[in-house]
Parts: sequence; C-alpha cells; structure tokens
Amino acid sequence: MTAPSEARPGFRVFAGRFRTDRAAVFGAVVAGLLVLLAVFAPVLTAIEGQDIASFHSDLVDSARGGVPLGPLGGISGQHWLGVEPQTGRDLFARIAQGAQISLLVAVCATVVQVFLGVTVGLAAGLGSKLVDTVLTRLADIALAFPVIIFSLALLTIVPDAFPRPLLLALVIGVLGWGGTARISRAQTLSLRTRDFVAAARLSGAGGFRIARREILPGLAAPVITYAALLLPTNVITEAALSFVGVGVRPPTSSWGQMLSTATTWFRSDVMYVLIPAVMVFLTVLSFTLVGEGVRVALDPRTTRLTRKAG
Amino acid sequence: MLGYAVRRVSGAVAVLLIMSAVVYVLFFLMPANPAQLVCGIKACTPDRLALISHSLGLDEPLYLQYWHFLVGLFAGRDYSTGPSIVHCAAPCLGYSFQYTEPVLQIIGERLPVSGSLVIGAAILWLSLGIGIGVLSALRRGRWLDHVVNAIVLGGLAVPIFITGLMALMIVCVWLQWMPFPTWVPFDEDPVLWAQNLVLPWIVLALTTMPVYVRMSRAGMLETLAEDHIRTARAYGLPERQVIGRHALRGALSPLITLAALDIAGILTSSVLTETVFGLPGLGQMTVQAVRNVDLPVVVGLVLLIGFVIVVCNTIADLLYAAVDKRVSVQ
Amino acid sequence: MSESVVSVRDLVIDFHTEGDTVRAVDGLSFDLAAGRALGIVGESGSGKSATALSLLGLHRGGNADVTGSIDVLGTDVLAASNEQVRQLRGNRIAMVFQDPLSALDPFFKVGDQIVEAYRAHNKVDRRAARKRAIEVLDRVGIPDAARRVDAYPHEFSGGMRQRALIAMALALSPEVLVADEPTTALDVTVQAQILDLIHDLRAETGMALILVTHDLAVAAGNVDDVLVMQRGKAVEHGPAADVLGAPSAVYTRELVAAVPRLEQPRESKVVGGEPLVRVDDVHQVFTVGSFLNRTKVHAVEGVTLDVLRGEALGIVGESGSGKTTLARMIVRLLRPTSGRIRFDGRDLADDRALREVRRELQMVFQDPVSSLNPRRTIGESIADPLRVQGEDASRQRVRELLALVGLDPDRIDRYPHEFSGGQRQRIGIARAIGLRPRLLVCDEPVSALDVSTQAQIIRLLASLRSEFDLTLIFVAHDLAVVRQVSDRVAVMSKGAVVELGETDALYDNPTHPYTKSLLAAVPVLDPELARQRRLERGLLTP
Repeated sequence: MTAPSEARPGFRVFAGRFRTDRAAVFGAVVAGLLVLLAVFAPVLTAIEGQDIASFHSDLVDSARGGVPLGPLGGISGQHWLGVEPQTGRDLFARIAQGAQISLLVAVCATVVQVFLGVTVGLAAGLGSKLVDTVLTRLADIALAFPVIIFSLALLTIVPDAFPRPLLLALVIGVLGWGGTARISRAQTLSLRTRDFVAAARLSGAGGFRIARREILPGLAAPVITYAALLLPTNVITEAALSFVGVGVRPPTSSWGQMLSTATTWFRSDVMYVLIPAVMVFLTVLSFTLVGEGVRVALDPRTTRLTRKAG
Repeated sequence: MLGYAVRRVSGAVAVLLIMSAVVYVLFFLMPANPAQLVCGIKACTPDRLALISHSLGLDEPLYLQYWHFLVGLFAGRDYSTGPSIVHCAAPCLGYSFQYTEPVLQIIGERLPVSGSLVIGAAILWLSLGIGIGVLSALRRGRWLDHVVNAIVLGGLAVPIFITGLMALMIVCVWLQWMPFPTWVPFDEDPVLWAQNLVLPWIVLALTTMPVYVRMSRAGMLETLAEDHIRTARAYGLPERQVIGRHALRGALSPLITLAALDIAGILTSSVLTETVFGLPGLGQMTVQAVRNVDLPVVVGLVLLIGFVIVVCNTIADLLYAAVDKRVSVQ
Repeated sequence: MSESVVSVRDLVIDFHTEGDTVRAVDGLSFDLAAGRALGIVGESGSGKSATALSLLGLHRGGNADVTGSIDVLGTDVLAASNEQVRQLRGNRIAMVFQDPLSALDPFFKVGDQIVEAYRAHNKVDRRAARKRAIEVLDRVGIPDAARRVDAYPHEFSGGMRQRALIAMALALSPEVLVADEPTTALDVTVQAQILDLIHDLRAETGMALILVTHDLAVAAGNVDDVLVMQRGKAVEHGPAADVLGAPSAVYTRELVAAVPRLEQPRESKVVGGEPLVRVDDVHQVFTVGSFLNRTKVHAVEGVTLDVLRGEALGIVGESGSGKTTLARMIVRLLRPTSGRIRFDGRDLADDRALREVRRELQMVFQDPVSSLNPRRTIGESIADPLRVQGEDASRQRVRELLALVGLDPDRIDRYPHEFSGGQRQRIGIARAIGLRPRLLVCDEPVSALDVSTQAQIIRLLASLRSEFDLTLIFVAHDLAVVRQVSDRVAVMSKGAVVELGETDALYDNPTHPYTKSLLAAVPVLDPELARQRRLERGLLTP
C-alpha cells in the first residue's frame, strides 16, 4: 500500500547481509587467496626454489615428444604443480604469473569500464536531449559490438612495443563500458525526476553540486553491483584473447595461453590442461560468487523477489 | 507501429554508417602501412609497394578511400592485382590479396559452418534454458531451484574454451564415444553433419544457457507477482492458463532481445568454439586473418558482424514492439 | 436477516517475511446477507485488503497463514480444493482491484481477457463469448464497445480500465462483488462515475457488495453496513448511518472527526493585501516523443492570477489539469513556455532577479518517499539549502528546525526510511522553512497520508503560516482539504483556471459548470446526503 521504501543500506547492514551468504563468503575467501597468489607470485616462486624461465630438459621425456616425466605431469616437492611439457619450465611459477596477469588485466579493465560508463551515463542522464540521444546510441553500439572480434583486430594492429597487459586492459575496458553507461543513465534519469533534486534546485544549488551530492551517491549501489559481475567477465575475456593468441606475448605466461598450447597435449599430459582450466574456473567462480553476494546484499529487491509469493 | 518501425530502421542505418566509418578509419589508418604488410618485407621493391598502394587505393585521400569503399558496397568495384583486374561485385566488402578472392566470397564459403553451429546450439539453449528457468521459478525455494541455481553459477564461471577442451578430453579421448569433430557439409551427408556437430552444439548451448535460465526464472517470478496475474486467478482462470498464457508471455518477451543479440553474435561465440573444435568457420577464419594481418578480410568481417548485429537488434526491437503493444506508443 | 452469502468467523491472517511474522488480521468475524453492501473501512495497515483477498482464496500459494473459517455461498474457502475455489472465483464472487493500470494483462486485448474469464466458467464458443464481452462493455459505459473490445489496456484511461474490470465481473453475473479500493487511483469525478455504476449494477442484478476503502465518505454513500478495522481487528460494525453519524468506538470517532468536511465553512480571514506573485498569461507546452514524431502537450494554457501577500491560495483540479505544472512554474522549477511571472515586482525569467529571490520561493512536495534523498541523513538534507545560501547551517540550527516541525531533534542523524510518511513530510517542511521563504508552495502535501496524519500536517502548516507570516499556495485534488486551508480558491481544468474566488463563496455558490460537477462528485459522510448527491449527479450528466 505504501511505496517501497528505498532503504539506505549502511555498510554494517551490507556486511551483515553479505556475511550470512555462505556462497559469497566462500567466494570471498577463494578470491582473497587468488589475490595473495598474484601479489606474492615472485616470493612464492622463490620459496618453491624455481623461476619462470629456466628450461628443465631433464624433466621431460624427449622420446615421447616431451611429456613430463613422473606421474601427474611431474608434480614433486621441487615442482609443486609439475612442469610444462617439452620445455620443462616450472608450472607453478607460470601459473602464479598467470594469476598476476589475469587479475591485473581484469581489475584495470573494470576500472576503465566503470569510469567511462559512469561518466557517459551521468552526462547522458543530465545533459540535453541531443547529448542523451547521441550518447545512448554510442552505448548501444558499444554494447552490441563483438568485443572479442574487435579486440582481435585491434590487438593485431597495435605495435608490439606497447605493453601487452596494459593494452589488454585498455581494449577490454574501452570496448566494454556500454553496460555501466546504460545502468548509470537509467539510474540518473530516475533520480533526476525525484523531488529531492527539485528541492536542491530550489535552494539554489548548481548542476555540478546536484550531480555530486544528490545523483552520484545514488549510482553507487547499482554500479558496484554491476561492476562486481563485470570483473569475472573480464577475467574470461582476457583468457579468451590469450587463448586465440592475441593476449600477452611469450615469455610472459597467462592461463589462456597455456590452455591454447594445452590443446595439443591433452592426450598425453592431462595435468597441463587441468591446472590452468581449474585456475580460470576458480577465479571466475569466486569473483562471480562475491559479485552475486554484493548484488543480493545491496539490493533488497532481489531478496524480496526470491521470497515473494505469487 | 509503422512510425516506430521507420524510426528504428533509420536509426539502424545511421548506426551502421557511423560504425563503418569508424572501423574503416581505425583499420586503414592505424597500422604503419597496410601496403607494406601485403607486400611483405623481403621481396618488397619500392615499385611493387607503390603498385600495391595504388591497387589498395591507399594513395588517395582518406575520405575518397572511404567513399570508394561505400560505392563498392552498393555498386561493386574493380581491383587491379598487378597484371589483371578483378571485379568485386556489389555488395563488395573488399578484396583479399592473400586469398586473392573478394572478401564476401571467402565469408560465404565459411558461413555454412558457423551457421550450422549457431542454429543447432540456439535451438538447444533456448529450449533448455527457458524450460529449466521456468520450471525453477515454479518450484522456487525447493531443492530443484537450488540445484539449478548452483549449476547456473557454475556454468557462468566456465568459459567455452574450457568446457570445450574438457568435453573433447572426456568424450573423445577417454570415453572414445566419438571421433574429433570435423566439418561435413549438410548436403553431403546430413547424418555425419549432425554427428560431428553434436558435441560443439552441446558445449556452445551449455555455456550460453545459464543467462537464459536466470532471465526466464527472474522474469517468471516477477510476472507471477504482478497484479494482472492476481486478476486472472481472481476470475477463476485455470492455473494452466494463468501460467501458460499470461505469466509466460510477460516473462519471455524480454528474452527476444537477448536471443537476437546472441544469435547475431554468431561470430563472437564461434571464434572460440571453432578454435577449440577446429571447425573451418568464420570464427576460425577471423583468427587466421588476424594472424596473417589480412586487413581487408578483418575489416570486411567486422563490418559484416556489425551489420548482422544491428539488423538482428532492429528485428528484435520490432518483434518486441509487436509482442508488447505499449512499446511503440511510448 | 436473509441467508448470508459470505460468512467469516475468527479470521486470522499471518504474513511470513524474512523470519518475521506479521499478523494482518486478528480474529475478524462478519456476515454479508444476499444483496446487501458492506463497507470495510480502515487506514493503511488495518488488514482490510488482506481480508478482501482471502475471501476469494487469493492467499493460496503465498506466504500467508490463514485460519478461522470463510464461507462463501456454501463453499468453505479455506478447506475447499483448488478446483472448487477456482469455480467459485469470478463466477460467483468477483473482485475489482485498486490499481486499474496494472490489473489487466498488458499483452492481451481487453475483450479477449473478458472472453477468457467468461469461457473459464461457461461452455460457449468464442463468438458467443465475444458477443457477451461487447454487451457488458457497452453496459458499463465503454463508448463504441463493438470496436473497443479489440483495444489493449494501455489504450484505455484509468477509469475505463476500471469499467472494463467491472465488465469482466458483470459478464459472469456473480452473487458477490468484492471491490478493493476501486476508486483510490481515480479522479473525483471518475470516482463518482464508477461508484454510481456499481450502484446501478447492484440495483439491476441484486448482487451483494463488499467495498473496501480508506475513505469513510466513499463507504457512506455506497453501503448499508460499515465495519471499521484497526490493526486487524473490528472496532465497530453496524448500519452506515449509525457508525458514521454517531460512532461509539473511540477510534471511529477520531477517524470521523479527522475527515475534512466539504460543507464545513472556514473562518477565513479576508485578505486584501497587494499581490506578491503576479502570474500573467502563462503557458507551458511539453514536447513528448522522439524527434521524428513529436506531439505537443499543452499543460498550462494562459493562466493569469495574483497571489496576495499573506493569503492562502488553494488550487484544485483533477489529474492533468495543469495545477502541479503551474505550481512548479511559480517557484521557477519550470520555465514557462510563454507569459510572465513576477515575484514581488521582479521578473523570474531574469536569472539575476531569480537568484536574489530564489530562497524566498520554497516548496513542499507530494511524495514523502521521493522528496528526501535516501542516501543522506535528514540533518544533511535540512542543512544543505542553508549551506548553499551561505546561512548558519550548524547542527544547533538544524535541531531547532526539527523541533519547530514537531520532530525529535535527537534524530538528526537518521535516514529518511526510518521515518513515517507524515514525519518525512515534516522534514520536507523543515527544509523549506529553514530559508525563511516568503512564499511556500505546497504541492499535494497530504494526499499520500492517512486522514489522521493529514489533519496534523495541515495544522502544522497553519501554525507555521501565522508564525512566519507566509504566503501559501496549496495545490490539491481533494476539495475538502483545500476548503480547510485556503482563503481563496482557483479551480483548474485542462490547463486553465475556470473559476477563482473567495473560498466559501465558491464552494457554496459555484458558477462554472465544471466546478459544479466537481463539487457534486465529492463523496460525503452523511448517507442521506450521499443519496441526494447521487440523484443530482444523475441530473447533471445526462
């Protein structure tokens, strides 16, 4: 009977809701471990006593085309995850570096997407009708654009001198702001017709003050929710680009690139396929779970949706 | 409705023109020199370079190049490959000096592969995704709903190249239920065609499906909570009719847009699928063209994809307006 | 008393939400005899709607626990099988809902929905059902029913959709009609039409009626008996004339006392001051739609009026009359398409002049949910205008303002959702008053509130008005509320002021036909008077 109250979930309310979500907590723990792995990759590799680049031809069976010696792809005390077929490079070191690349690219791309998206969304929502029409069309194009194809093409024509991870983050970010823009615009449009914005104008507040004080705080919840789900998508995109061979360049390693090489090895060295696959899966899953948890905790409507009777 | 259609279509044309210009500028301006790339490094004499530059039209100002490209699109154009002159009929998307074929012809040869892949997979993911989503909404809160929810989350977390690799490893290597997929044209042997595509279909459908499960479930729950469903029940409509007619209609209409976009994204999804399964479709061709820096092919492909996406998007909007009469009024 | 068609005993309804259990209905019993009309009256949260829904078994499959017994035409609604309940619904007991905009399926034609409901209970072919649909649509007053049967709900106005829903019920000729706030979302003249329609149909078919409403006056004119509910319990039950004329329960007495009376004159002080605001031939044209098919909507067409210093000017009109647009132009939230508005001699179209008087033009908004930023504390919301204008925005000042509007100053750091609708309206008033404006425009300030809260807010505005020497513009659709507040009243219709005059003179002797029809449509508390009004309305609109 009364309109649904737009409860402002304080951080404590949010944290409380998040904590009761077991899947989200599990995701947060796994994601945390992955971040630690990425941050301390060189340290952990040093503790293992290995490095990324050294070839270990003694650890692969050259007679059988270079399959690692020993069970499970050569897993041992010295090589925690075994070695790469053919070259015998330490797999743990390469996986840890892959985590660095994967998270770095995904996080930076998300930041770019959110920044561009919110800026465009705000401008479209608050600007004149013409500005809105043009920006909305642009966002539609950006959303409809086949990111993989376009990145494929872009990544080919950019000179090799450009640092690859940065380029990846930029390409994914610049091509993927459409969703955030759309959400920000919709929210801005809905907020700007609220009476509290009218009240601010009545008090003599200017456009910039209104955008910052009245509109921007209202964008936080939907944008954070969306960004939390963008991050795992970006992890997948990076892996996919590396998989088709336009990601980071050797000798830098990435999970997608390993999977790509692994396609020729999965008859003989199963672990070489499984390990990067599991890493990608765990990363995407854990961040998706965190994102889901954030969404449910920030948006009371979803809880109502799942519980409301028909 | 007609006015709405006119507006949507003219909007789409505008988008296409802008997009073609952007793509054209980006790809013919950014790299050092496309003629150099075609010409190669070792065997390239200045004369040859100039010839290639000329035949690619690179010695003209940019706006003229784009204009010729547009003209080619609608009226066709000629390319000189040194000794001979090749006519590229309208709609001419460009000419590949590496394949020595017009781009559209190359695309045409590969299209059946990607088309078969996507159409089969789309049938699977639409029917399974919507079916499971609706069922899960009707059983909300019970164990089936929870299981589906968990599977959807898991499914969202596995990219297609991992699902594909796992499927190949398990089905073709360990269990040896079937050989590695190869492409057999439909008109050659329909049975073999289907047999070879079963695995790619399932894998592509499985990775696309979770979004559909989720959207149809959410849409169903939302519609079921709407007032008009209560009205239908209050007037004694049988539950079968309440759900089958009124709830489904409201819940599934938003999926039209999603499905159109996904089907339009043939190439995006096929790049990875075809790479994993080694199918000679448009996706694989894209990757090859990119590796070989075959710019006309890349530009042609990107434009074609853009075209397909815009067309599918427009069709989806029109379809949606036809289903939901309120849209064209607003 | 003849046999009862509905019999409710010890009804208890509990709602389960997120670990909480809320008791909406707590031991309710009543009977409805064949052909009679019962009004269930109460403020929001009294459990009246939950009761209405449970009569048709619409709680099934939801998150409500219903115990006690409900007998509808010999069917035990709580114990019956789904199929038994289905056969009862629509066919023998039908329901009309509050929000006509969402009650019909937007994807299907209106006629098809009636056909579908009709065929759910009658074994007839589509053609016969369609004939029936046209017949009932025609009967409920849909013009050109044979063509409109193929219209979609969005092509109908709110009133027409409500008629269509009534037609759906009529098609099945049920013995009982349950109407849950059937006119709350409608304008007062449309409300009168719908209520008259239900009245006439009952006279024709002899169906019984349960009318659920928050508006005592709506009940008064349309039912034989009234049941007053408060927090899930019946506090009073008896013949309408007795309950509303001489209430015995304390709660009913308060409720009746809080209802603003249309016919009650007000001790209006006659203000003869010079004009503070001069509105001169003002127009507002909105363009809607995209740039390829624009349509122009004339929201305000040539309004000229003066607002006198120190007076309270009421502006009444139905939805779409342009009253809110006019109010927003006066405080310069909207720039008039043409015409001039002067405040204290200064032209508001001039940006510099506007900046000088900005703080003197303040507004109180209709929707207490949307008028406060949910992400900022109320203290922030009140302090912000002071800060913008470079005034003292200290906590002490904000606390004073809170105390002034009757709120606990210690709640300064709370967020809007922690306050009730009435309290939020007080916060909005504190924000507006903080700048010491000379003109306060109130746009439907009480229409979202329960009657008892309405009365409190109106008292607060009156006391602030005398304390700060305010000039007040009071925009509302509720004629009785406007009469209580205003010294002069302007009646708006289709973007123009059709009548403007001293309050009592205008209410007692309206001259414009529109004002007359508006006043005749207002429901009144006295059942006898309501009957007379209905007859008058019949004469007014042929």
